Amino acid sequence: MTETAHSALAHQFDSLGQQTDAGSLGMWVFLATEVLFFGGLFTTYTVYRVFYSAGFSAASHELDIVLGTINTAVLITSSLTMALAVHAAQLGRRRHLLTLLVLTMALGTVFLGIKGLEYSHKFAEHHVPGPTFQFEKEYFRHAQIFFSLYFIMTGLHAIHMIIGIGVLLVMWVLAWRGKFTAEYFAPIEISGLYWHFVDIVWIFLFPLLYLIGRHA
Amino acid sequence: MSNTVFLPPRHYLNEEYGIASWLLTRDHKRIGLLYLAAVTFFFFIGGAFAVLIRLELATPVGDLVSDETYNKLFTMHGVTMVFFFLIPAIPSVLGNFLIPIMIGARDLAFPKLNLASWYIYMIGGLFTTYAIVTGGLDTGWTFYTPYSTASSTSNVISAALGIFITGFSSILTGLNFIVTIHRMRAPGMTWFRLPLFIWSHYATSLIMVLGTPVIAITLLLVATERVFRFGFFDPALGGDPVLFQHLFWFYSHPAVYIMILPSMGVVSELVAAFCRKPVFGYGFVAFASLGIAVLGFLVWGHHMFVAGQSVYAALIFSILSFLVAIPSAVKVFNWTATMYKGSIAWETPMLYAIGFIGLFTIGGLTGLFLASVGLDVHVTDTYFIIAHFHYIMVGGTIMGYLGGLHYWWPKISGRLYNEWLAKFSALVIFLGFNLTFFPQFILGYLGMPRRYHAYPPEFQVLNVLSSAGASILGVGYLIPMAYLMWSLRYGRVAGSNPWGAVGLEWTTTSPPPMDNFAVTPEVTWDAYDYQSAAAARQSTQSG
Repeated sequence: MTETAHSALAHQFDSLGQQTDAGSLGMWVFLATEVLFFGGLFTTYTVYRVFYSAGFSAASHELDIVLGTINTAVLITSSLTMALAVHAAQLGRRRHLLTLLVLTMALGTVFLGIKGLEYSHKFAEHHVPGPTFQFEKEYFRHAQIFFSLYFIMTGLHAIHMIIGIGVLLVMWVLAWRGKFTAEYFAPIEISGLYWHFVDIVWIFLFPLLYLIGRHA
Repeated sequence: MSNTVFLPPRHYLNEEYGIASWLLTRDHKRIGLLYLAAVTFFFFIGGAFAVLIRLELATPVGDLVSDETYNKLFTMHGVTMVFFFLIPAIPSVLGNFLIPIMIGARDLAFPKLNLASWYIYMIGGLFTTYAIVTGGLDTGWTFYTPYSTASSTSNVISAALGIFITGFSSILTGLNFIVTIHRMRAPGMTWFRLPLFIWSHYATSLIMVLGTPVIAITLLLVATERVFRFGFFDPALGGDPVLFQHLFWFYSHPAVYIMILPSMGVVSELVAAFCRKPVFGYGFVAFASLGIAVLGFLVWGHHMFVAGQSVYAALIFSILSFLVAIPSAVKVFNWTATMYKGSIAWETPMLYAIGFIGLFTIGGLTGLFLASVGLDVHVTDTYFIIAHFHYIMVGGTIMGYLGGLHYWWPKISGRLYNEWLAKFSALVIFLGFNLTFFPQFILGYLGMPRRYHAYPPEFQVLNVLSSAGASILGVGYLIPMAYLMWSLRYGRVAGSNPWGAVGLEWTTTSPPPMDNFAVTPEVTWDAYDYQSAAAARQSTQSG
C-alpha cells in the first residue's frame, strides 16, 4: 500500500500524507488546549478588570508602552519570517529555510531580551508583587493583582517563546542535515503553527495589559 | 469453535523481555498495561484511606483519628481516587489497549507521546505521593480558597503541582485519541461503523483536551498565590474566592463525564456482546456521548448554588443540568431496549454491565434532585451528595471498568479467569456497594454533614451499615485482583474470540501480535453485526 517507503515514515502510518495530516491535526488539538489554558487567565483578568478597573488602569500606565510596542512589532515580524520559512521548506529551498529559521529565532530572542529589560525595570520600581511591592495607597491591592496577572501571563507567554525557540533550533539542525525536502517538511509546518499561536497570544496580551485607558 | 486453542507463538507480551522493553516501549498495548499497574496501585492507596474513614465513622465520637487527620484522610482519598484512578482508569488502560485495535490500526497516532503521557502521569503521582507521605493535604479534593492558599498548613503546593502535571498526561492522551480516531481508521471503518466504545472515548477526549487546561492553570494560580500572596482568590488581598470555584468546577464537573463516558462505552460493548444484538439506536447512543460532553461544560454552576452566585445564574445552571439527563437517559433506555428479546448470556462482564445500568440510574436520578435548586440547598454538603457521586463514580465508573477488564482480559492476557469466582465477586461488589452507599442517601437527607469525623449518636446505625458494606466491598475488590493475577499463569487459554463477539479486536489473536493485525483489516460491516456473524457460524457448522 505504501507508494514509496520514505525514511521519515513511522511504522503506524500507511503513507507520508497520513502522517502529515495526523501531525498537523495533533498540533491544532494541542492549540485548542492552549487556548483554554490561557483562557483561564484571560477570564481571571477580565473579572478583576471589571471589579477594579480604575486600579488596573493606573497600574497599566506604569508599563513601558514604547518597549511593549517595539516588542509587538518584533514578534509580528518573526511571524512573517516563520511563514516565509514554511514557504521556503515547501519549495525545498534549504539555504533559505536555514536563514529564515535563524531570523525567526533571533527575533524571538530579541523579544525575550526586551521582556527581560522590562522585568528588570519592574523589579527596580518595586512593582513585583510580594513583600516589597509599592504602589499608591488607593490602588495598592488592585495594582498588586494587576501586576500578579502581568507577570504570570507574560511569564507563561515567555516560557512558550523559549519552548518555541528550542523547537526551531531542533528544526534548524534537522534542516541543516538535509532531513526536509519539498515532499516532506511537515515538522516545519507544524512548528510554524505553534509559533504563530504564541504570537497571537501576545496580540491579545498587549492591548489588555498595556493599552487600558490610554485613549483617556 | 474448536476445543483445543493455543496461545499464538509470538505476541506483544513475549516479543521482547526485560524491564527496559517495558519502560521504553511505544506499543499501545504495553503502555496500557503500564497504566494498569499504576492505576491499580493508586486505587489501593485511595482505598486504604477509605478504609480508615469508614472505621472512624463506625462510632459517633472521634476516637480513631483526630479531626485534623480525618480532614487529611478524606482529602487524600478524594485526590488519589479522582485524579489518579477514576480519570485515567478506563481511557488510559482499556482505551489505550483497545482504540487502535478496534479501528484496525497498528498503534495510536503518536506512540512516543503516549509513553511520555505515562511518565508525566507517574511524575505527577510522585509529587502527590510526596505530599501524602510528608504530612498530607487537608483542603478537600476541591482545594477551596482562601483556605488552600492562606490558611492550610498542609502540603498544598506539591499536591497541586502533582495534579497540574498529571493533567498534561490526560491532555496528551486525549489528543492522541482524537487524532487516532480521525486519522488512523482502517479502510472501510467509517464513523458510523465505529464501536460505541470509540465514540464515547472520542467525547471523553474532547473534555480532556478542553477542560483539563483550565484546572491546570487554576491550580497553578493556587500554588503561586500560596507562595507569593498574589491575591487572586484571597478576599483579604482583594481576591474573589467564588472565581476560584467557577474555574475549578469548569473542569471538575466535566471531569465527572471523563469518568463516566468511557464506562458507558464499555457497557455498550458488553450489552451488545452478551445479548448477541446490535445496540438499539446506535446513532442516538453515539450522539448522546457527544451531547453529554457538550452539555457537561455548561452545568458547573450547580456546584455553587449556595456559594453566592446570582439567582438567575442558579436558575440557568439548574435548567442546563436537567438537560444532561436527556442524553444519559437515552443511553439507559437504549441499553435496556437492546436487552429486550436478546438472548442474554449471564457471564461476568454482563453482570457488571447490568450492575452499572442499575446503579448509574440511581446515581443519575439523584443527580436530578441536586439539579433542582430548592432541594439542593437542603442537601448541600451532606452525605446525600457523597452517596450520589459515589453511585456515579463507583457504581458507574468502577463497575464499567471492572466489566471491561473482565471482558477484554482474555484479549489482554490470552487466558481466561475462573468464571465462578468472578461471578461471585461481581455479586459481592454489587451488594457491598449498595450496603455502603445507600444508607448515606438517608443519612444525608436526615442532615448528616460530610467531612466531619464525629456525628450525633442517632446516625450510628446507618453508619455502621455503611462501614460494614465498605468492608464487604473491599473484599469484593481484592478477589478479582487475586484471580486475575492467578489466571496470567494458570488460566485456561482463551483463543482469539472466547465470547463469540464481533468487533475487530476479536479477529486478531489473544494476546494480539505487536502490530495488532497480520494484515490491515478491510471493514465491510457495521458495528455489532451479530446477524451476519450468526449466519456465518451456521454455514461453517453445516458446511
